[in-house]
Amino acid sequence: MSHASNYQPSTGVEKWLDKRLPIIRMSADFMDFPTPKNLNYWWTFGGILTVCLMIQIITGIVLAMHYTPHTSLAFESVEHIMRDVNYGWLMRYVHANGASMFFLAVYIHMFRGLYYGSYKEPREVTWMLGVVIFLLMMATAFMGYVLPWGQMSYWGATVITNLFSAIPIIGDDIRTLLWGGFSVDNPTLNRFFSLHYLLPFAIFGVVALHIWAFHTSGNNNPSGVEVKDVKKDTVPFHPYYTVKDGFAIVVFLILFAAFVFFNPNSLGHPDNYIPANPLATPPLIVPEWYFLPFYAMLRAITFDIFFIPAKLGGVITMFASILVLFVLPWLDTSKVRSMRYRPIAQMWFGLFVIACLALGFFGGKPPEGWYVIGSQIATAYYFGFFLIILPLLGILETPKPLPRSISEAVLKKSSKPETSAAPGVAAAPAE
Amino acid sequence: MMKTMNILRSFAVAAAAGLAATSGALAAGGEVKHPEHQHWHFDGAFGTFDQNALQRGYQVYETVCSNCHGLDLVAFRNLGQKGGPFYLDRCPEGFPEELDCSNPNDNPIVKALASKYKYQVVDGPDDTGDMFTRAAIPSDRIPGPFANEQLARLANNNALPPDLSLITKARHAGPDYVYSLLVGYEEAPETVEIAPGQYYNPYFHGDMSQAMKPEFMHDGHPVDGVKVPVGGVLAMAPPLADGIIEYGDGSPQTVEQYAKDVTEFLMWAAEPKMEARKALGVMSIIYLIILAGILYWSYRKIWADQH
Repeated sequence: MSHASNYQPSTGVEKWLDKRLPIIRMSADFMDFPTPKNLNYWWTFGGILTVCLMIQIITGIVLAMHYTPHTSLAFESVEHIMRDVNYGWLMRYVHANGASMFFLAVYIHMFRGLYYGSYKEPREVTWMLGVVIFLLMMATAFMGYVLPWGQMSYWGATVITNLFSAIPIIGDDIRTLLWGGFSVDNPTLNRFFSLHYLLPFAIFGVVALHIWAFHTSGNNNPSGVEVKDVKKDTVPFHPYYTVKDGFAIVVFLILFAAFVFFNPNSLGHPDNYIPANPLATPPLIVPEWYFLPFYAMLRAITFDIFFIPAKLGGVITMFASILVLFVLPWLDTSKVRSMRYRPIAQMWFGLFVIACLALGFFGGKPPEGWYVIGSQIATAYYFGFFLIILPLLGILETPKPLPRSISEAVLKKSSKPETSAAPGVAAAPAE
Repeated sequence: MMKTMNILRSFAVAAAAGLAATSGALAAGGEVKHPEHQHWHFDGAFGTFDQNALQRGYQVYETVCSNCHGLDLVAFRNLGQKGGPFYLDRCPEGFPEELDCSNPNDNPIVKALASKYKYQVVDGPDDTGDMFTRAAIPSDRIPGPFANEQLARLANNNALPPDLSLITKARHAGPDYVYSLLVGYEEAPETVEIAPGQYYNPYFHGDMSQAMKPEFMHDGHPVDGVKVPVGGVLAMAPPLADGIIEYGDGSPQTVEQYAKDVTEFLMWAAEPKMEARKALGVMSIIYLIILAGILYWSYRKIWADQH
């Protein structure tokens, strides 16, 4: 839905520049972008995520000025930041909690995409680029967690890098390459620091592509019906969505600030305040909360599958859980985008959310007894949802009638009590 | 629409609940007694450190803990920084007018504590190439009891006393844990055999099944009617006893009071910028709430023609 440009260069300088590098035109068109008028608060997480990325990059650059990537100095350099650098404690707590906030927002953003069918034609590329961003985020967050060189940093790095050795033939070589040696040690810390600084800029680039992609197809919207009449169905992005996103971003920042200023360590693990010790394994090695669902899937495969040993099976399952998202646009056979008109799909989606939360819960527990069985059931449902339920539902389910247009969907709704504009909805994820 | 929103809303609430449940992931191993919850002066959004408690806590650390435990990340100057135990707004009577005692390097108490500290600082090499020891100055980190890990182990029956700089953040429910451990030593139950130089504590993380007397065990499990006690054993003897430290301010000289004070001091040592953090936090949240209000009002106004 690339739209006709409304930009009129008014001054001489603008006219001069417009013929040579139409960067003002590009920005003006961006702000002017026709956006469906019915976007609800779940759509504000794109803007929230952009803010998260900027916060992480800015605080990260400042932290890198004071941090030392060496096994004998890293832990103390982080404490130096906490104690002796002016507002260093603020930079570090914002950065550490910022990772959690980033993942909280990205998970809500992804569930929103799932619920409203934002991955469907013609937005497959937007969705796939989103999955690439998610993968890059996971790699960045994992390597960032290693940098303070605490106990969980060290042992988390050991567990995760060892996973790669499960890959047949080349696994050991990959692991050696990750380590830069024969165990997690100083070369590992050095390369993780280097990559942790690099990847956010890669994320930034893919985010630009992600935005470009949906600016080509146009935004999806809660009704899932395409824009029919730009005048009736859309409003310009600015000021309508700058102000709405702005409000949601500030509400999100209140939650963010509550963690940074009043519970800065509640999302982390106390063991990471113990310097790394290769001779003392912590009783239970757990990743940060945002990796727990994947960690649970990794550990759910406790049995060999034919010739695939359990360890490799777990690794395949974990990676497949993300790879399946790449092919989701072709797995879901329903032509109806929004689950608002798919009552049966809604139910299965609800179960899917529960399965994801359950995986998060099991990931934080020791891999024994009912926790293993629970994570196996949840893993089975996770894959079943994508590979069986969504393909079948598109054929079996009879969706509710769709509104003819976005404006009709809005008008129908506004005759009933107003819902989408209720401010409480934006605050809900903050609870 | 209402219904989908309700579903999504309840999932958000469930997500938050799930988050809370998973963030406190449990550690494996033997059972351990949950730390006693204490009310701390530094609890809550407006909590601050009680400077008198910090001073007493420093006294406890200096008299007792420092015999075995270091405080490597804390410098004497930190004691005189804003929010620290010996911070001074202004100089006491009798000091020159131009002296700024809020500067920790000029703080007379901090200077005295450093120069008279029980351990000296290793410095050097001097002009002849030798290392030497000297009295500490405010810019020095607080010297620890042992020069290296080997000496520490040699002096402690091969146990390594951990550095205490971050101890209250390096344990689940840190301050409650430190307090509970200090006051929680008990006679070991008769079902277990405690090796000499070891002490039983129900709050310490360990595995008491290893210490069970053979007559209470059968095939690696306790016999019927016998339970493996909670907690573990550690090499630290109960460090505190009533009356061993004399307080100058008339506070009770009990194990509980000592433990409480030293825990508050160690919380400060782990998080010396806490007061500045919370103060900035209160202002930030107020600012954000006002900004959210203005933006919401703007949102309603701008969208008025669309609704």
